[in-house]
Amino acid sequence: MAHMTAVPALNVEGLTVEFRTRSGIVRALDNVSFSVEKGETIALVGESGSGKSVTAYAVMGILDPAGRVTAGRAMLGGLDLLAAKPSQLADVRGREIAMIFQNPRTALNPIRPVGRQIADVLIRHGNVPRNEAPAQAIEMLRAVGITDPVRRAKAYPFEMSGGMCQRVMIAIALAAKPSLLIADEPTTGLDVTTQAVIMDLVSDLAKDLGMATIFITHDLALAGQRSARIVVMHAGHVVEVAPTKELFAHPRHPYTAELIAATPDAAASLDQLASIPGSLPDLRRVDLPNCRYSERCPRKTDECDRPLPRPDPGATHIVACWNPLP
Amino acid sequence: MTVLLDVAEFSKLFPVGGVPGPIARLRRRFAGGPEKLPKVYAVDDVSFVINEGETVGLVGESGCGKSTLVRALTRLIDASDGSVKFGPRELSLTPSRDFARDPDRARIQMVFQDAGDSINPRFTAFDAIADPLRRLRKMRGKALTQRVEVVASQCGLPLQFLSRFPHQLSGGQRARVGIARAIAVEPDLLVLDEPTAALDVSVQVVILQLLQRLKHEFGMSYLFVSHDLSVVRLLCDRVLVMYLGKIVEAGPAAEVFAHPLHPYTQALVAAVPRLGENVTERLRLTGEPMSPIDPDPKVCRFSGRCPRGTDACKTAMPALRRFGHRQVACHFAEEFLVQP
Repeated sequence: MAHMTAVPALNVEGLTVEFRTRSGIVRALDNVSFSVEKGETIALVGESGSGKSVTAYAVMGILDPAGRVTAGRAMLGGLDLLAAKPSQLADVRGREIAMIFQNPRTALNPIRPVGRQIADVLIRHGNVPRNEAPAQAIEMLRAVGITDPVRRAKAYPFEMSGGMCQRVMIAIALAAKPSLLIADEPTTGLDVTTQAVIMDLVSDLAKDLGMATIFITHDLALAGQRSARIVVMHAGHVVEVAPTKELFAHPRHPYTAELIAATPDAAASLDQLASIPGSLPDLRRVDLPNCRYSERCPRKTDECDRPLPRPDPGATHIVACWNPLP
Repeated sequence: MTVLLDVAEFSKLFPVGGVPGPIARLRRRFAGGPEKLPKVYAVDDVSFVINEGETVGLVGESGCGKSTLVRALTRLIDASDGSVKFGPRELSLTPSRDFARDPDRARIQMVFQDAGDSINPRFTAFDAIADPLRRLRKMRGKALTQRVEVVASQCGLPLQFLSRFPHQLSGGQRARVGIARAIAVEPDLLVLDEPTAALDVSVQVVILQLLQRLKHEFGMSYLFVSHDLSVVRLLCDRVLVMYLGKIVEAGPAAEVFAHPLHPYTQALVAAVPRLGENVTERLRLTGEPMSPIDPDPKVCRFSGRCPRGTDACKTAMPALRRFGHRQVACHFAEEFLVQP
């Protein structure tokens, strides 16, 4: 298949993350593996608490101090991001990988004009001379579709709407033309009309720059619209990876099927929508089952207590399940 | 059908930059400055009805005046103009300050957006649900305990959770506490402000099904505010679409979403991602909404962003016109009506 030969922009293998808390060790990620190719957009999908954001933070090296990567690799070109020195990471972040955060209002610096915040990145990572940075920052604002960029460059985040702040974040993320963009719920809290415009903007810019994009969302419909492949996560496990069309047509993991059935769609009525029974298991438990979905799963068999099946690294459709749907 | 709530020519204006003090006003008068203060037209001349047992959806972008309208209807703030009739009673005559102790207070209740933020963190689930019963129904002791337990189980909240604090509950359980608190005093009208916005899809379905069941059981009317159109379509009989303080379209939910007439509704419906659908060439809104501060009364609020707009839209504000059981505020509604 195509993506076996293509060079991955980022290859995450066996990523395992723990958080130490007062009430025990939270095993937030367990053996998470996926890859994204140059120019490709993939989506990480799952409920809150499934480990989507922790995955992004671990790759970016910005985990909370309580969190610890206990195993795994995240290869960006020849560099393992999880083993890199802080100074190496500081050079890579912003230049090679950039991130768009969930809430633009809290992620932007509230006491610095937005034009300056873009210029900062240009100077640090974009090899732009100090005196040219402000003018280039204005160009960046224009590129993300902000009207009257000269005046807006002097504005503070609180003077702008949520959609505008998100555009500024995108401008900051793309200032140094990174090869990998991680967008963590970039449109949560925005209106649907603004959401469509922002998502168009991200995909257009990604296409222009040939950037690999990891799009994190809980909205399955939005993920389906915007990505070539989908990685479904549940309680810190990757449960299914498949090309988008195939995932919707033939979901194989029971959780994916339930998730699709629960998503409100144009055709369904409220009675037809299924709810997913149970909730995420407590990740502090010592006796966590091998399959973390097994306690909610309608297809559970005795086999499910075994360690999860090893996925075939060459397969395009990966399912971490002993009794998948046909 | 009996009309439960009749809102007529309702407006809410906010002065910009606060009300000036006496010295500022004197200075303004002697300097010959403009007498009129600039005002934000949050809700501007809005009329609609909610029938008994009906679920009405209210959709629109943030900043369109949904929340202001809802806060005025639930009598948390006072209207600037217009009437709000609740059954036979004119509510806008009672100041919101006095309405808090009014016997009709219990009949209009609200479920707030984020149950995590709208429940007192120092109240247990029991206290949160009991609070309106104590204040509005003067319930005490055993009767109170019984009523709280009945409502909690109606909302699917296990009784052992009643002694927990909000931070010890999951998002879905908090949403149940918020709903239980609102229906405890048996309201006729329940106003729901994005009750599922903070929830995962798996939990959202359960909460929506719960709301549907409660409505059938108790015959309440709902005003359901949301910007998630796929949720509104599931739950609502009728839908009102707001844009910058005005209602631009109203009608049966299924029809409005299947065949939107106003260009804004068309853009809104086109922007909703659907399962398993690729991004096609869709209607896109460009530009920013116009300022809600003293908007020109002769200009359509949507002009400038409207793909259909012509010069006519800049000289006359389109009125909300009736077409069968649908209403649209657009000069070109007829055009969109004939198109399949």
